[in-house]
Amino acid sequence: MASPASSTTGIGARIPRRELKRLLSGQGRYVDDIKLPRMLHACFVRSPHPHARILSIDTEAAKQAPGVAAVFTASDINPKCEPFVGIALHRPGHRSAPQSLLAADRAVWQGQPVAIVVADTRAEAEDAAELVSIDWEPLPAVADQIQALAPGAPVIHPELGDNVAYDFSLEKGEPAKAFAEADLVIDEELRFERQMAMTLEARGLVADYNPGDGSLTVIHSHQSPFQMQEVFSHQLHIPEHKVRVMSPDIGGGFGMKLNIYVDEIATVVASLLLGRPVKFCVDRLESFVSDAQARDHHIRCRIAVKDGQVTAMELDDIGAVGAYGMPMRFNVAEGMMAITIAGAPYAFENYKARTRSIYVNKNLIGMYRGVGMPFACITAELLTDWAASKLGIDTIEFKRRNYRPKASLPCVTPGGQRLETVSFHECLDKLAHVIGYDRLRKEQQELRGRGIYRGLGIATFCEQTAYGPPYYGPSGASISTQDGCNVRLEPSGSVRCITSLTDQGQGTLTSIAQIIADSVGVAIDQVTVAGGDSAISPYGGGAWASRGTAIGGEAALRAGTMLKKNILSLAGAITQTPADALNIVDGHVVNRKTGQTVISLADVGRIGYFRQDTLPRDVDVQLSVSASFVANDKMYYMANGVQASYVEVDCDTGFIKVIGQWAVDDCGRVINPLLVNEQVRGGIVQGIGAVLYEECVFSDDGNLLNGTMADYLVPMADAMPDIVVEHVETPERSTQLGAKGIGEAGLIGAMGSVWVAVNDALKPLGAKILHQPFTPERVLDALARARQGQSS
Amino acid sequence: MSDTDLAGAEEVEIETVLNGKPLRRRVKARQHLADFLRQELELTGTHLGCEHGICGACTVLLDGRSVRGCLTLAAQVSGKTVDTIEGLTESGKLAVLQNEFIARNAAQCAFCSSGMLLTSYELVSSGERPTRAEIREFLSGNMCRCTGYHAIIDAVEAVIAKSADKQAKGRP
Repeated sequence: MASPASSTTGIGARIPRRELKRLLSGQGRYVDDIKLPRMLHACFVRSPHPHARILSIDTEAAKQAPGVAAVFTASDINPKCEPFVGIALHRPGHRSAPQSLLAADRAVWQGQPVAIVVADTRAEAEDAAELVSIDWEPLPAVADQIQALAPGAPVIHPELGDNVAYDFSLEKGEPAKAFAEADLVIDEELRFERQMAMTLEARGLVADYNPGDGSLTVIHSHQSPFQMQEVFSHQLHIPEHKVRVMSPDIGGGFGMKLNIYVDEIATVVASLLLGRPVKFCVDRLESFVSDAQARDHHIRCRIAVKDGQVTAMELDDIGAVGAYGMPMRFNVAEGMMAITIAGAPYAFENYKARTRSIYVNKNLIGMYRGVGMPFACITAELLTDWAASKLGIDTIEFKRRNYRPKASLPCVTPGGQRLETVSFHECLDKLAHVIGYDRLRKEQQELRGRGIYRGLGIATFCEQTAYGPPYYGPSGASISTQDGCNVRLEPSGSVRCITSLTDQGQGTLTSIAQIIADSVGVAIDQVTVAGGDSAISPYGGGAWASRGTAIGGEAALRAGTMLKKNILSLAGAITQTPADALNIVDGHVVNRKTGQTVISLADVGRIGYFRQDTLPRDVDVQLSVSASFVANDKMYYMANGVQASYVEVDCDTGFIKVIGQWAVDDCGRVINPLLVNEQVRGGIVQGIGAVLYEECVFSDDGNLLNGTMADYLVPMADAMPDIVVEHVETPERSTQLGAKGIGEAGLIGAMGSVWVAVNDALKPLGAKILHQPFTPERVLDALARARQGQSS
Repeated sequence: MSDTDLAGAEEVEIETVLNGKPLRRRVKARQHLADFLRQELELTGTHLGCEHGICGACTVLLDGRSVRGCLTLAAQVSGKTVDTIEGLTESGKLAVLQNEFIARNAAQCAFCSSGMLLTSYELVSSGERPTRAEIREFLSGNMCRCTGYHAIIDAVEAVIAKSADKQAKGRP
């Protein structure tokens, strides 16, 4: 591959995103900006009850309202779509009831769609939706997983017998023995409330079914057009080659726009029924009750320590996954990720864990940045930090002694994680240096003497990135973990690339352009990259699981390398020079030895496309090539890192301020540090938000109590710190590119480090805070409990 | 007034100066300014994130001051000037900010960017010399879910520092 060090616009260069000038001029084209001829607008009528029987629905008044084209209920919509059953076939015992698009007899969460109103404008559709009259019989509901497990709890799907979706345990080594022989056991119960992804642009799509040729085009604010092509084709019985899904500019995804949503598919069905384009854009209030949510776990965790070494860990996780299994994306994943990754950086071999996924009368849990990995980080880092304190060992020294040594790699952790190119010690050493560890500790001590409670938290994490076919393959979900790239030389000598990836702001398309520029040998301004169109690019997965650049970038590297070979072959034929004596530098074919230009790419393109008559008859001109890449045997590329948070807790008000935040990340080869660093920072801010602010508050019977942005707090600029990002680069060995993923690292590490830092601040007060988010009320409660002599 | 009027059909006439050009239109009495800009005038650079005044994505300038396009009725802009991302881009007034944002990757999905830029423009054109903390405070009504805010603050700080340099050197 091209040398990263030598490139100013290619791999490793800090170049700004090429889409930004357009996007920052108000010229983005997001889904709600798009108008098609004869397009109608949809609005949904949703269940106001967490659990209720539908006795009758009267749509007559709505149908007569101005501008209304149709009002559809379950009897119109559901027969057109196979029900979804959101279970993973590779997880024996995983159960879900089938889920139809619209609630027919019974609604099982507040916000479940019941009817769809389609009208000339969104305002008219909303007006008419208010005229749909539904006679409800409320039923007992349960919102909390512990209550849902109790005898006599309402059973959400009677055919399942109880509310357990999945119950999985694993055990390695001799954990019972290790706990019995330990010098020190730390044992805690942690609570993580539900939260939202809160993309600034809510979900949306324009579904355009053309009855003339039976084709369906969907412009979809979604991270994976190919996944949705398959879903629309398979569930709605439309031949796959007649389904095209395009993602326009997307206002944030974070995994939330990867899930399968019944309201979106019902919109497509409405287009099928009406033979006209139908737009549906979720408004903010309905995003609160219809976007897939995240977290909602109770986790009991403990570690055993003997002679200063962690010898065993146990985890018992109970997650509330909502009312159904998430189709294709499996909402048991948060629990599974938590229990398989917890403690992975630490060199113990005795491990026991259990995760249970529980159905409750709340909206579905789905994919959201981090997927369970924050729990893995938080549990291990909190327990080891406390262990170090109890033993009187500095927390950094404790980590150094307990991390898996480099010499033990590759290895498989007792939770089943394969570690190959991780760099825990290097990241920790760099972090300690960057933050000025000793100085911060000294300052912290001095301030404590003055009644100012600051905490320093350090968190080590592993991030599974770029999932491969060994995971999704056996699950039964038609989810491709490959990505593809088509690249062609244009007649003028510039290069056009189409990738199967999508870009929700990460800058993936710019990274692909850098890789193409390097691998072909042209300046980056001679390369355009398009993505997000299931009809025109090679097949691929899209953007999720921190995979775009790692997988799609490798496909681009391979395609670019192939195109270069073909160009040189043609240039050799034109100039009667052996191809292996030639190279491409800065858009010119040069003599490899002398560096002298032999022919420009513009001349190669001109002859290759327009003057084939001047070539010998056996010269095969292939100036458009495609490559796909997937690692058949790779479950993931394991990235890792260490973060630090420095926080101050106001013990009078309970307010927490993050004063400093540092990240040292190892995502393998960094393609563009400018993009990677702000991606890490963005993840960090979401992680800080999760720990300090973000919570969907439900009543015991499943009513959402804070369904507006005025009530649901997110991090804003004034409350966030400056954030320092540094890197250790340990390239992935199984690819030429060497990149791992970066999308979730910021969030995972920040959640861990803020948890540890806040608890570090409270140590001299004998208080612990174990309930996320750490609201002022919970902080003050923790302090009050400590004063009364209880720790939590 | 008939039932139909109650359902939102009532219209009023407005006269405004939009992006430097006079505009006279009949608008629905219940339509907010952001919907009017987006749906009636196809000025889709103004985005809607929450439609209840929290996220700041719909920020536009009304008589030079930043306002929420979702909390302002179209009918309220009569007799006032309205500036949107499109107009401030075409006039070049936002160019310095836009360039600093781009150079620092101070946007990812960019759905917040129109509002973030217009709020920043209000600050940088105020002639104040705010501290970094004050810049954070001034922008704290604009939610960005993608970046860590750090690069946005850097960009605004850089523009303010540049304009202060120019002032110090006595240039316009």
